[in-house]
Amino acid sequence: MSTDLLATAETEWRLPSPRKVGLTLVILTESSLFTIFVVAYLFYLGKSLNGPYPWEVLEFPWLGSFFLFSSSGTVVVAEHRLKKGDKAGFELWWLITALLGLGFLIYTGAEWQHLIYHDGLTLSTNLFGSTFYSLVGLHASHVVVGLLLLTLILVASVTGNIQPRHHEHIEMISWYWHFVDGIWAVVVTVVYIIGMQH
Amino acid sequence: MADPATLKEIGTELRPAPPGHEHGSLTAWIQDLIFTVDHKKLGFLYLGAGWMFFVLGGILALGIRTQIAVPNNHFMDAEAFNQAFTMHGTTMIFFFAMLMVFGLANYIVPLQIGARDMAFPRLNAFSFWATFFGGIFLFLSYIFGPGLYGMGAAPDASWFALAPLTSRAFSPGNNIDFWSLGLLVSGVGSITGGVNVMVTIFCYRTRGMTLYRMPLFTWLVLVTMFLVVMFMPPLSAAQIMLVLERFFGAKFFEAQAGGSPVLWQHFFWIFGHPEVYILVLPAFGVISEVVPVFSRKPIFGYPMMVAATVMIGFISAGVWAHHMFTIGMDSFSVTFFAFATFVIAIPTGIKIFNWLGTMFGGKIRFEIPMLFAIAFLFQFLIAGLTGIMLGCAPFDWQLNDSYFVIAHFHYVIVGGIVFGVFSGFYYWYPKATGRMLNKRLGLWNFWIFTIGFHLTFDPQHFLGILGMPRRIYTYQEGRGWEFFNMISTIGAFVQAVGAILFIVNMIYSARKGQVAGDDPWDAWTLEWMTSSPPPEYNFEQLPEVRSRRPLWDLKHPEDPDWKFE
Repeated sequence: MSTDLLATAETEWRLPSPRKVGLTLVILTESSLFTIFVVAYLFYLGKSLNGPYPWEVLEFPWLGSFFLFSSSGTVVVAEHRLKKGDKAGFELWWLITALLGLGFLIYTGAEWQHLIYHDGLTLSTNLFGSTFYSLVGLHASHVVVGLLLLTLILVASVTGNIQPRHHEHIEMISWYWHFVDGIWAVVVTVVYIIGMQH
Repeated sequence: MADPATLKEIGTELRPAPPGHEHGSLTAWIQDLIFTVDHKKLGFLYLGAGWMFFVLGGILALGIRTQIAVPNNHFMDAEAFNQAFTMHGTTMIFFFAMLMVFGLANYIVPLQIGARDMAFPRLNAFSFWATFFGGIFLFLSYIFGPGLYGMGAAPDASWFALAPLTSRAFSPGNNIDFWSLGLLVSGVGSITGGVNVMVTIFCYRTRGMTLYRMPLFTWLVLVTMFLVVMFMPPLSAAQIMLVLERFFGAKFFEAQAGGSPVLWQHFFWIFGHPEVYILVLPAFGVISEVVPVFSRKPIFGYPMMVAATVMIGFISAGVWAHHMFTIGMDSFSVTFFAFATFVIAIPTGIKIFNWLGTMFGGKIRFEIPMLFAIAFLFQFLIAGLTGIMLGCAPFDWQLNDSYFVIAHFHYVIVGGIVFGVFSGFYYWYPKATGRMLNKRLGLWNFWIFTIGFHLTFDPQHFLGILGMPRRIYTYQEGRGWEFFNMISTIGAFVQAVGAILFIVNMIYSARKGQVAGDDPWDAWTLEWMTSSPPPEYNFEQLPEVRSRRPLWDLKHPEDPDWKFE
């Protein structure tokens, strides 16, 4: 704009991407939310007055963890495919990521069904039940949101609305997905590795 | 460049306005307010809704004061009184003060950093409406909330809703759920609003405005929003647990199932103490803008002001249990939290001295914003001193849950935050409306409100030391509380007159006020560069910012600040 007499525009002026800053803040605020549920779980470990207790009923979620942790890798592959302009590869790896997320949810559903109908552990059974289902459920709800985002992007991509120039948008979804995975690492440590000793 | 007005006309002659969108009709105006994503209009909505809730909360406060003005009073019964103080506290914190914070941040921050709008305008509208309907939902409990004594019960477990009082056994009905769900919804609005403001500040500053050249109001809002983003979720988490407990039989705070009611207090105050700083930091920001402009000097010790703000932000995360000295913590925790409370006085003290240093030797103009700022300095100092007294654990064991605590935090919230908000309104009203607030009415507003404030809250310190507990709905004669309570109640009504004068002034001056011009105070930050009120796009063109006072540089090219910074 030639009329812009005031701006001298000599110095370099760069600002961070709003998407990245925004998502970082969302991750911060979500971490704060999870922290309270983690603290509640740890605080009440071994304080339930009646069973079932964690060591009786919990089994280490090998399969679920495998699904979720490997999906963090596949989403990175998908993102790199898109950056290189390989849309078919992107869609394939993106689909695999979504299926792995779905696999995790199915695993969690089966685990919960076993806990509820076989072991009789519900939200209202004891302190362990309340803190377990609220923490793992909060995480699972984040997986559901992630899955919705993944599906949305897949549909948009198949209909031709995602192009390689959108790779930063895609990267943001993968950041969120990594965050959900990171939280799962915390949940596994707290709920299963530490929790199963009580 | 084509004149924007002609451009608009060219566009509209081809597309006739849809029904209800004709210029000037009432429906068009309402539709515009509902569908707007403009940061200035949303700022107005926040502030307007905030004053609406202020009136509601104020009426409740007058009810509370009327009931305890004299011993054995029967103005309201215990049940109504419990609802009144619960709703008063909840409303004033979450739906007056928070809305003022977000309203001022929304309106001023993009203008101060030279941005066209917030980073995410639609999210901004979402934040407002979530917060607003959260408040409306809370107040609907007065009509639809079934409580212990039947329908029409508002929440009555105090603004921090202590467990196990909130469990089904002690609070049947749904009035507690109105509290937790209403605040959960408005909390989501606050968090998204906080993210939005922070992204705006980080990513939309105009060319040359480094973080180190940002106006102090923007800096303080940045730290405030960081606290919102980090410390609103603990409240939301605790409220989710409460909802799970009340609706689905989960066990979190129930002692009979081995749970700990104290955990609720920890979760609440992890949010609750940073919340105080969420409310007061923007008021600090207003004072940091007003004091230099009306002392005709740049702010004294800008780097220390920023450092002190960040320090307050961090330390505020580690002082929450000073609200809980009487629950029986071990002596290590008591010492830690007492010490942290004393430490937070240091950055606050730095700020007070920097404001005084700014005023020292300046050519002080006693306009209304400056009067409120000076009153703020005195009152906030006293509030801080009583805060240190209460931070001293043995003293707190005597006076916790007494009127001394009430007096202390009303000194913070009314004497500090409300005075800061008044100062900000008198300062920025000309920018937002194009007209000055009436000075004569402003003087009446200032003096009546200040006198009313001191009449109300100074005697409450003595009431606390004389042993009057908070939240009692009546008391017997002969305890020596009658005189102070009567004075306090009179003061509350005087304050109400002062507040009404302010609202009258806002409405009157919007039409009849003296036309302000772009820069009525001869100020130095970017919001005063554009027209008053600013156009939808805020700025036509902006200078490259080279110092902390870009407008001073423009007005005084012979002596610009950037030569010295």
